[in-house]
Amino acid sequence: MLSANMVELAYLVASVLIIFALKGLAGPASARRGNMFGMLGMGIASLVTLQVDAVQNYAWIVAAIGVGGLIGGVVARRVPMTHMPQTVAFMHSLVGLAAVLIAVSACYDPVAYGIANHEGGLYLASRIELFFGTFIGAITFTASLIAFGKLQGLLSGRPLAFSGQHMLNLLLGIVMIAAGIMFCVSGAWLPFLIMLAVALVLGVLLIVPIGGADMPVIVSMLNSYSGWAAAGIGFTLGNNMMIVAGALVGSSGAILSYIMCKAMNRSLFNVLLGGFGGDAPAAAAGGVVVERPVKSGAAEDAAFLISNARSVVIIPGYGLAVARAQHALKEMVDVLVKQGVDVKFAIHPVAGRMPGHMNVLLAEADVPYDIVFEMDEINSEMADTDVALIIGANDVVNPAAKTDPSSPIYGMPIIEASRARHVIVVKRSLAAGYAGLDNDLFYMDQTMMLFADAKKACEAIVQALD
Amino acid sequence: MNVDAVQNAAQAAQDSTADPVIFSITVFVLAIIVGYHVVWNVTPALHTPLMSVTNAISSIIIVGALLAAGPVEMNLATVLGLIAVGLASVNIFGGFMVTQRMLAMFKKRT
Repeated sequence: MLSANMVELAYLVASVLIIFALKGLAGPASARRGNMFGMLGMGIASLVTLQVDAVQNYAWIVAAIGVGGLIGGVVARRVPMTHMPQTVAFMHSLVGLAAVLIAVSACYDPVAYGIANHEGGLYLASRIELFFGTFIGAITFTASLIAFGKLQGLLSGRPLAFSGQHMLNLLLGIVMIAAGIMFCVSGAWLPFLIMLAVALVLGVLLIVPIGGADMPVIVSMLNSYSGWAAAGIGFTLGNNMMIVAGALVGSSGAILSYIMCKAMNRSLFNVLLGGFGGDAPAAAAGGVVVERPVKSGAAEDAAFLISNARSVVIIPGYGLAVARAQHALKEMVDVLVKQGVDVKFAIHPVAGRMPGHMNVLLAEADVPYDIVFEMDEINSEMADTDVALIIGANDVVNPAAKTDPSSPIYGMPIIEASRARHVIVVKRSLAAGYAGLDNDLFYMDQTMMLFADAKKACEAIVQALD
Repeated sequence: MNVDAVQNAAQAAQDSTADPVIFSITVFVLAIIVGYHVVWNVTPALHTPLMSVTNAISSIIIVGALLAAGPVEMNLATVLGLIAVGLASVNIFGGFMVTQRMLAMFKKRT
């Protein structure tokens, strides 16, 4: 049995290890060791807690850890990398639900947590902390479930908007806070349960108006919430370990949300209001869509262009993942590298359904990470590139973002594919992208459209290259 | 020493030591600042592993769940605690393992 001081010191060691886990992610080489530090930290924190006096119910606890661990392990081994966004969203919901369960448990039996006053009720400070932990946990829980449903395709990815939506949310928010304050004052069950129920509903309503392609922001934001929920429960229990870990996760998610919003040139508020990605604004305006001539070619033409190039920059978008074309693309890259072509990848921050998703998909296809570049690193080289090969991406290479102040995406940072000598766009049709905009890049002189499914196109190019 | 004096001394001691909540807030604010600096240094290529590992880390909530599940006599509080232990375990094992799986994929040019 460790003394209370020893327990706190062990928590300190665990906290430092967890900080090192995050620090390791500064580069792929140090990241694996960092992850080991993280596991070690989490292991120390759990084992130390298991041996404190209050924890005696070993048989049941070991059973719960065993069942949970088994499920987690199976999911971790089996989940396809394309399904990472929904997996992460689902895991966020589990943190939220766990926070709610612990909060209810603490309200029910405060004596067991050592946070009861002399009458067996909760102190005011504990009630305030419980209020925060509970509503953040509840919103995280249901909001993550809806995000999971949208990403998994169980729910429509289209934004669901109705009139008075924002007023309703505001009203519910006020009811939730009012019930929370009543709980803080009285410590009674009824306001607590009302607060909890409203928070659960609010979690659903906040996410339904948000479209599928805004999910990178939402998943990051829920990542942040799950951290704040853990920190909130940490405050209730006066546990520094939970406060430190929760705060680290909370700030991490907040930074990711900021990065994603910046990459889309939108404010977090604008994303949360939702409705983006509904009807195409160009079509809704009723204007006649001008038929413009495009140059289209076959896979053989594309193969000819890229095999004669010195440098090729491949710009993949989410369409690549949808078509499961990563492995076919890697094969093509191998052939080109063998022929002495300098091949690089350019990744836009919002390519994919969560931050960094495209990098993982390429890594899974065995694309070495040192030929994969971020948008800012590659843009200076675009003018010196022979061929920009765009696969399954659209808005992130739309020059209107730089040149047309009237465009809805004006100001969004893009990969400047139009500066390359030749541009090849692999796309199934001329249909508008997520933002519902036409793309001038498709009609430029140096552009050749290759109308095909991404996977078939890559396979056909490989054949033509041989 | 009379009873009043003892009470006064106890009161004075209480006034001179800060509420534990203040210490918690100190730790909280400092941890946010550490998190801010560490996370800005994470390379964008590893943002997905960052999310899956932070997922595992936020399951530190298991510490609270263990305390809730701790008492031997079963009641609503312990049952809820046990469920929370199970949920957090899914995340801890799942989060760290899937992160490891992803990181193993990142290879340099050979």
